[in-house]
Amino acid sequence: MDRCGPEVPLSPGLFLGVALDGTGWHPASWREDAARPTELLTAGYWTDLARTAEAAELDFLTLEDSLGLQSSRAAFHDNRVDLVRGRLDAVMIAALVAPLTQRIGLIPSVTVTHTEPFHISKAIATLDYVSLGRAGVRVQVSARPHEAAHFGRRAELEADDLFGEAADYVEVVRGLWDSWEDDAEIRDVAAGRFVDRSKLHYIDFRGRWFNVKGPAITPRPPQAQPPVMALAHSKVPYRFAAAHADLVLVTPTDAGDVRRILGELETARDIRVLADVVVFLAASRPEAEERKQRLDDLFGHTYRSDALVFTGTPTELSDLMAGWADAGIDGFRLRPGSLPSDLDAIGNGLVPLLRARGLFPEVPRSGTLRARFGWPRPANRFADSGVTA
Amino acid sequence: MAPAGQPVRGFGRDGMSTNGRRRQIHLAAHFPGVNNITVWSDPEAGSHIDFSSFVHMAQTAERAKFDFFFLAEGLRLREQGGQIYDLDVMGRPDTFTVLAALAAVTDRLGLAGTINSTFNEPYEVARQFATLDHLSGGRAAWNVVTSWDAFTGENFRRAGFLPLDQRYRRAEQFLLTTFELLDSWRGDEIIADKEAGVFLTDPDAGAFAHRDELFDIAGRFNTPRSPQGRPVVLQAGDSDEGREFAAASSDAIFTRHSGYSGGRSFYDDVKGRLARYGRQPDDLVVLPAATFVLGDTDAEAEELSRHVREQQVSGPTAIKLLEQLWNRDLSAYDPDGPLPEFDPVAGENTISLGRASVRMNKDPLGTAAKWRELAEAKHLSIRQLMIEVSARQSFIGSARTVADTMERFVDERACDGFILVPHITPGGLDRFAREVVPLLQERGAFRAEYEDTTLRDHLGLAPLP
Repeated sequence: MDRCGPEVPLSPGLFLGVALDGTGWHPASWREDAARPTELLTAGYWTDLARTAEAAELDFLTLEDSLGLQSSRAAFHDNRVDLVRGRLDAVMIAALVAPLTQRIGLIPSVTVTHTEPFHISKAIATLDYVSLGRAGVRVQVSARPHEAAHFGRRAELEADDLFGEAADYVEVVRGLWDSWEDDAEIRDVAAGRFVDRSKLHYIDFRGRWFNVKGPAITPRPPQAQPPVMALAHSKVPYRFAAAHADLVLVTPTDAGDVRRILGELETARDIRVLADVVVFLAASRPEAEERKQRLDDLFGHTYRSDALVFTGTPTELSDLMAGWADAGIDGFRLRPGSLPSDLDAIGNGLVPLLRARGLFPEVPRSGTLRARFGWPRPANRFADSGVTA
Repeated sequence: MAPAGQPVRGFGRDGMSTNGRRRQIHLAAHFPGVNNITVWSDPEAGSHIDFSSFVHMAQTAERAKFDFFFLAEGLRLREQGGQIYDLDVMGRPDTFTVLAALAAVTDRLGLAGTINSTFNEPYEVARQFATLDHLSGGRAAWNVVTSWDAFTGENFRRAGFLPLDQRYRRAEQFLLTTFELLDSWRGDEIIADKEAGVFLTDPDAGAFAHRDELFDIAGRFNTPRSPQGRPVVLQAGDSDEGREFAAASSDAIFTRHSGYSGGRSFYDDVKGRLARYGRQPDDLVVLPAATFVLGDTDAEAEELSRHVREQQVSGPTAIKLLEQLWNRDLSAYDPDGPLPEFDPVAGENTISLGRASVRMNKDPLGTAAKWRELAEAKHLSIRQLMIEVSARQSFIGSARTVADTMERFVDERACDGFILVPHITPGGLDRFAREVVPLLQERGAFRAEYEDTTLRDHLGLAPLP
């Protein structure tokens, strides 16, 4: 019998996560008094942030990553020395904080364009083992020519091809997670057999960009299928995300935009759509604006983002979130303008307000990352339906 | 040169240094592998996948002040006779992910991962090792393997395979390229001066360009220099090219020559190759894989060792091991009966896929003749023979006997220490840590406390230039 989880009742309220990157999303955030820019490459820095996010009772944290040095230019390296440069591998940061946290979901970013689906599949399966069922993965493509040059295998791809390859990639990653049935390990001492090989499956994937035979070397992870997340801003990525992701990050500008985007993401699949918002929070709006302005002055430009940049009080932010929730959004991934201050404000200011408005559960969601989004542990695609030998 | 303040590793064959300190043994713990050495049928045997097993063994090794913890890797499930091999422990978690998680629950223990140079790209591997070294505070090590077979390649984009003569070439170029990436940051670029608004002192930090017939890459490496600069590099090749590769570019060599005389000649051979590369004997640490069985007395350990080998070689396993030499299906044979009348099938081994030990046997006919002779002389069944010829554990005896023997091996230059391979997960190291390590510590042959923080320091390796 395949071990399927029971139906999980969907807990009321918004889903809420935080996007961790460097000292925060504002390029000048490293110059804030509370910023710790010299510690970005240490275990202690990431452990503190993960514990703060967990103490804020958020559902998940994400970790940004890229296969190139940070650059303000999309097509080449900018040579700037006044901004944070250099980072650690996101999957490994997630693995480090896993044994040091108990509840929060851990969703590192991976670039699918230049990596091996076999390696990423087992890495996320293993993150699921070390976190006891709290792993997810955010998949992203890279259209940057300077990142392609770091691998030297081929020139950059067109958008359609990038997402076509990403679709195959996610298919392979998911197939490998299912390539061991849950009860494949039998330890049959009398027969001398460790596994029942009829429960191990070749995935035999053949596609335009790669072929992958399988099975995985890592057994099926605790959640079976850790949630796959993707950020999407336009038609091709919307199509990819609606077809292949479980958690879709979008960047609406207002409630009307939320409705429009949700229309574009129409799918029969049971996905959750979360809005990304960059946040600069303070006790009063002038204070928040003053802080944002100070950072912009240090940066030399007004900071703009693919997502809405919100500057104001936690109360004002909760108003915005309530409006978008009415428009149908399932939750939010907040990008703190500065760390740790905006993360602290989310935990101390925003979360209690959302609770008071009935927009966030009183008791923090727990269990596996899948379970808290209301998804049961899925059946194995390779298992015989309901019949066992 | 040893760093100032460190004991100098110049010792006579008697094991005593000029300053009276004993020659130091290095110890590492190998998480049990996916082969029949690992006994899964024992009631004590636990999960090989759950993180708690890794935590147990790594923390046991750290409490015992081991140099490092070691993970092996194979990127395709083994097959024999066209089917997935189902008799041994199988399945492994991802190496980097487990080691990063272990960095959170250990402080001083080195963390060594086996990473393949064929089915990875230098940019990715360089940032993964740099990340591990940062997150662990300078404890990362890389066991470079060069498996090249098309069988494993079926799981990867780079599905082609490398001809034998190119695998060390690729490994060398891969390692060199990875070093270039790691060295693209000197380590002093990040100043993060908030007042002045200067994060980096050098706009070219991380710049690299490498072009040869295998890698053509250029750009910016994105992980700044880690505490050790580079991971400690281990290599396990035993062929002439493998030994040369290790002499040229490894910090430690992981060898199967765990016996005394084989160890002595291997040790002299590889240490003798170092001068050619301008390196000193202490620049390469020789660590054989060592299995062990401990008992209250030597006699009890002998008896236990026999029992372990019986567990390791079940009837079905005996037939499969025999097939690996005979290179054909022997499933019709009775493990409790005699050897087949006919000889092994000569030529390329086609029955077993994904197993390095099988590829290494160069003379199956000669081996079969020896086995037949032994079986006839001692009236052994197939299973009895396979137990007889399967390697005896490297060290068998009471804690005192094992400590004495290990000390002698290191004093007399059969090796510089050992990578211990327990046969039970996760408790297989417990008794060694409890009984043998204190004896070595009492004699001053093994550290009682960690003196340093990085793995390079634990191994007595000079800092990188």
